[in-house]
Amino acid sequence: MKQARPLTITNAQLMTPGGVTAGALRCVDGLIAALGADVAAEDGDEVINARGKLLAPGIIDLGVFAVDKPAFHFGGITRAALMPDQSPPLDLPSRVNFIAKSGKPDLWVHPLAAATRGLEGRELAEIALMQDAGARGIATGRRWIADSGVMLRLLQYAAMLDLVVVTHAEDGGLTGEAAATAGEIATRLGLPAAPAEAEALAIARDIALAELAGARLHIRQVTTARGFDLVREAKARGLPVTCGITPAHFMLSDLATADFRTFTRISPPLRAEADRQAALAAIGDGTVDVIASGHDPRGPEDKRLPFADAAPGMAGAETLLAMVLGLVRDEVIDTARAFDCLARNPARLLGVPAGALTVGLEADLALIDTDAPWIIDRRKMEATADNTPFDRQGAQGRVLGLWKGGVSLSA
Amino acid sequence: MDARETSPAQGRFPAGRLAFPHRDLTGIGQLQRHEILYLLDQAEQWVALNRRRTKHTDLLAGLTIINAFFENSTRTLLSFEIAGKRLGADVVNMHAAQSSVKKGETLIDTAITLNAMRADAIVIRHGSSGATGLIADKVDCPVLNAGDGSHEHPTQGLLDALTLRHALAERGEGAEDFTGLNIVICGDILHSRVARSNILCLTAMGANVRVCAPPALMPTGIGAMGVEVFHRFDAALEGAEVVMMLRLQSERMSGQFIPSPREYRHLYGLTAKRLALAAPGALVMHPGPMNRGVEIDSEIADLEGRSLITRQVEMGVAIRMACLDILTREARGVAGWAA
Repeated sequence: MKQARPLTITNAQLMTPGGVTAGALRCVDGLIAALGADVAAEDGDEVINARGKLLAPGIIDLGVFAVDKPAFHFGGITRAALMPDQSPPLDLPSRVNFIAKSGKPDLWVHPLAAATRGLEGRELAEIALMQDAGARGIATGRRWIADSGVMLRLLQYAAMLDLVVVTHAEDGGLTGEAAATAGEIATRLGLPAAPAEAEALAIARDIALAELAGARLHIRQVTTARGFDLVREAKARGLPVTCGITPAHFMLSDLATADFRTFTRISPPLRAEADRQAALAAIGDGTVDVIASGHDPRGPEDKRLPFADAAPGMAGAETLLAMVLGLVRDEVIDTARAFDCLARNPARLLGVPAGALTVGLEADLALIDTDAPWIIDRRKMEATADNTPFDRQGAQGRVLGLWKGGVSLSA
Repeated sequence: MDARETSPAQGRFPAGRLAFPHRDLTGIGQLQRHEILYLLDQAEQWVALNRRRTKHTDLLAGLTIINAFFENSTRTLLSFEIAGKRLGADVVNMHAAQSSVKKGETLIDTAITLNAMRADAIVIRHGSSGATGLIADKVDCPVLNAGDGSHEHPTQGLLDALTLRHALAERGEGAEDFTGLNIVICGDILHSRVARSNILCLTAMGANVRVCAPPALMPTGIGAMGVEVFHRFDAALEGAEVVMMLRLQSERMSGQFIPSPREYRHLYGLTAKRLALAAPGALVMHPGPMNRGVEIDSEIADLEGRSLITRQVEMGVAIRMACLDILTREARGVAGWAA
């Protein structure tokens, strides 16, 4: 599906890297050809009137667990980096190659190669071959790599290949089979719990090893005050360390688990309110680079279980944009930084020519009504499962139109 | 003689269903203080009945009670079975071993199956916290929690309170509640649903509750439940009027949490010497089954006038009868108990 003829979107609020400006954007042959106040449609162009709505880069969702096209398109996601935790895991070039082509043309899936065979944390997987097959990064999966020797060799290898290593920051020994963060709520509920410090321990080790190896480290989810402090300090020293978060951890605290509702069972588990506040501060001060959905649709067979027996994960693709726009309304960040976290920074980490309204980049575009109110309703979701912890919450911000490489994805 | 349809303590509690407006008993955490007192008062008639030669009533005749135990249990299951039978109900026990990996799927399916069999009350024990609430959402009859994971074991908390109330009354120290009473709960607090239900029940009734465990077996933030936290048993015992010991699972005494049983006994075993540190005449409780010679010495467990351990078992039947009676009143059409 190639762009047949040039497209010009007029009368838009353009979400450029420098900020929001009024103007038009023209795409030719799947790329952004021009944008700005003085850009106009040319003869033969398809013309769309944005009616003053926000035209932003399509979201690049870094670290999803399932390819769920309807949910991604509803949420304005045009590219998704898929975690290697598939069945079977993405630890062979053939599997990576298959996944890399799976979403095209209307959704580009960027596979994250399994760091180790079977994601067992012991033997390095064929990372260079997987890179050639289309892997855009390496991920340790849902768990951390316990063996520091393996982790160091992985980071050295990744540095040589210039691939980012996406890690999960929970010390496995402390975490064990925990389903909750140690604290009053977990104690009252009698849930197996691990101290929040399990995160800081893992982050501190991985930063030290990444520095030693000269590798790019992306901690997929940082959720605790001490974790953010470590990332902040590493960045201040100029290390190529980045981190992400999903909306659950800045919207909810462990209080949300108080009724054993398994839709709030996520990994890392929900934290104390003070950590949630620290997350908002870290998003605001630039410590957080990426806000992702962590999309992990889970049906009743995984979720209609006692809390600790249920699988962790939430379906987040449809609500990601609205939650981040909520941060803009709450003045935690401005719109430009919102889309840095949603598109531009993920594109940089993955090394893909997209993620911003910049001439020469792929014309992956989302036209957004940032104010449109709606109620999140799990019965009406596009995702393959309805496990949202935000059911029946009010939200603002809807995608009006989506283009991948200049081609409209609207039905 | 069976005119038990009305409360023997009318006036102290709201009328009819308002005295206990819950369909299920999932935990002490859901109860108000006056609801706990109501349950205890209601149990008295069953204590009396259980001490007679003919321990039977037809109050629940025609009702079916299913005891669905997903975790091994001897005494709790037996206690619920006897309680149901003495009330005249048809009692069925279901032992569902938790062997399959997909135990949760079985759990929901089992709940739906039991519901389809038109049980009038379901008693659940399950190894996962919150399992009882999950089942309660899926069935149309009252559900009683007989222990869910490390969460709650409400009838144990209630029977311990009833036991204590009786013991104090016999000493002439009886009062409606436990205001000012110093109670130590010692053992594996982290994994204990008995500890949680007792903390909730005893603090609601005004007691000063101390919990004592080695750090590895003490849950984070337990102080927020209104208890004083101790790691050294000797210090916790000072001035304690009641000492409640918990069972320590043997697999937790082999190096993971505790180096060895004898080291546990060294620090936390209730010996005669230790009991002397508590208030004079301090009462001793244990939910059973006991590890004699580990958390409690035999001479203490069997100490006449001080150990309430067999009394706890006796009160357990009465409390469970009270719970089954109250929770089935709506279905039985008792006046004032319609939803």
